[in-house]
Amino acid sequence: MSFETIAWPGSYGDEAKPRKGFFTDTSVCIGCKACQVACKEWNQVPMSLQAFTGKSYDNTTQLGADNWRHVAFIEQKLPVDAGEGASLVQAAERGAALNGGLATYQEGDGLRWLMASDVCKHCTDAACLDVCPTGALFRTEFGTVVVQQDVCNGCGYCVSACPFGVIDRREGDGRAWKCTLCYDRLKDEQEPACAQACPTNSIQFGDLTVLRERAEHRLGQLQRAGQESAQLYLTDEDDGVGGAGAFFLLLDDPEVYGLPPDPVDTRRDLGSIWAAAGAAAVALGVGLGAAVFGGGR
Amino acid sequence: MSDSYHGQPILKEPTWTWEIPTYFFTGGMAGASAGLAYLSGLRGNDVLARRAWAISLGAIGVSPVFLISDLGRRARFLNMLRMFKITSPMSVGSWILSGSGATTAVAAVNAWTGLFPRLAREARPAAALLGLPLSTYTAALIANTAVPVWHESRRLLPFVYGSGAALTAGATAAMITPPAYAAPARRLAVGAALVEVGIKEVMHHQLGAQGEPYTQGAGARFGHLSRACNLAGSALMLRAGARSRPAAIAAGVLLCAGALSARWSTYRAGFQSAADPKYVVGPQRAKIERGERPGASRRRSRVSVVRADKGSPATAPVELSAP
Repeated sequence: MSFETIAWPGSYGDEAKPRKGFFTDTSVCIGCKACQVACKEWNQVPMSLQAFTGKSYDNTTQLGADNWRHVAFIEQKLPVDAGEGASLVQAAERGAALNGGLATYQEGDGLRWLMASDVCKHCTDAACLDVCPTGALFRTEFGTVVVQQDVCNGCGYCVSACPFGVIDRREGDGRAWKCTLCYDRLKDEQEPACAQACPTNSIQFGDLTVLRERAEHRLGQLQRAGQESAQLYLTDEDDGVGGAGAFFLLLDDPEVYGLPPDPVDTRRDLGSIWAAAGAAAVALGVGLGAAVFGGGR
Repeated sequence: MSDSYHGQPILKEPTWTWEIPTYFFTGGMAGASAGLAYLSGLRGNDVLARRAWAISLGAIGVSPVFLISDLGRRARFLNMLRMFKITSPMSVGSWILSGSGATTAVAAVNAWTGLFPRLAREARPAAALLGLPLSTYTAALIANTAVPVWHESRRLLPFVYGSGAALTAGATAAMITPPAYAAPARRLAVGAALVEVGIKEVMHHQLGAQGEPYTQGAGARFGHLSRACNLAGSALMLRAGARSRPAAIAAGVLLCAGALSARWSTYRAGFQSAADPKYVVGPQRAKIERGERPGASRRRSRVSVVRADKGSPATAPVELSAP
């Protein structure tokens, strides 16, 4: 089985379930934020006080303890020339783009409006889980990453370890919170609230193997339609987090959406980190010895 | 515009408050003092050894207070010992701190009262040995994060923290020990202070553009203060520490201020590094372009024949026509 994690499926034996995840196809996101609302309602995530940010239609701005889904809005002024007076080839390309499902483009006014619903990635190599000293963060039988709220003591290590800036400590509560991929619903064979609420199926929930195949086909469709900057994000096992349970089809580079282009689980460097700490400890011992024995009393 | 999302940070700033850099200071002081105490005892300098044990006990006594105070749920501090987890320097450190605390307490009580002589014979070397990783694991802890300025300095940061620990152990011992018995403490303080200044320079150089938080804002201010205090304290300790107790105390205060400022410098630099997306995007993108890393996104589909019905359910079966 591919996309195996340290604890899944190995430690679950017969109780292991197929690894579940999200395929977020941002090319059909319409920015309705139904996912944000459904998530807040189902998971009883507290209200987050929001001001008007002026950042397009985004007043949430980032994932955090009180926002487990976040819809990003990017307004790009790009040279778009398939409007009035365009050549036949350009018009044909536009037709192909629309046939490919790229209806979110507002090409007439030269604006490309990107929308994307972001979420915890449920990494194959999850830094938050690796560094958690209490074991509050754990890998479920579905291969997802969940915080046990009755164990977390709010040390904050996961917050600094996450290369995506997803998890955070909740004000007034003290514990770390993030998307659970609706662990409770999964146990009842229901799909997560956000995926169920999504009216365009931009958020697709299912077995990772099925979703990944679907994503490859969708990328092929978009590439054929001339969307050369379309890309799959976090689909491959050779990236810095071993691929993710929640992966994305983006229409531009990840950093445009506020996602890191090359996220790496800090555990990849843990060997050199422990080696350096060990060498420094030895050096400290040598230094102490030199100070005490290397001169007069 | 294109290299960040409305200028929003990608990473979360650390949740850690003032207790954490303060613990890095006291933990290092406790760890290195135990080593100084044990070795001084071996050399027969019991005057220095007893004081260093007392410093170690005091510093390790306040350390858990700082750590627990920083927790979001303080009553659950014992969950830190729920498991031993090598991938979590915080878990490893919790066990080191626990072991150090217990052994140092026995050694220090024995040094001052003579109680538990047999237990202390085992506890002294154990405390000294555990004190070494206690002084450096804190650097591993913050290096093992996604915060660029911490993570990218992972090979040198433990040496900075180790030398900082040694300097505080030497400085505090030199302050409360009669100068005639404090020569090893003075050597330790001055030597470690100069090493710390030197290694930090190398670390800043190695970090390159990622080290910018050390040249701006609070990271820079505490860095400059640390170097000034270290150099001034070293000079004073060298010139007058052996002759004058007040001079040794003044030098010790300066050196401790230098070590504490150095912890604050790395602490604040981490916040600056996490807050600005340019420290995340720029270096990651550069590594992808140099071919050192594959990156996390791919533009080519792995399927050769694209089937419309395999695409997104929302779009695949729908036939759209251009208006």
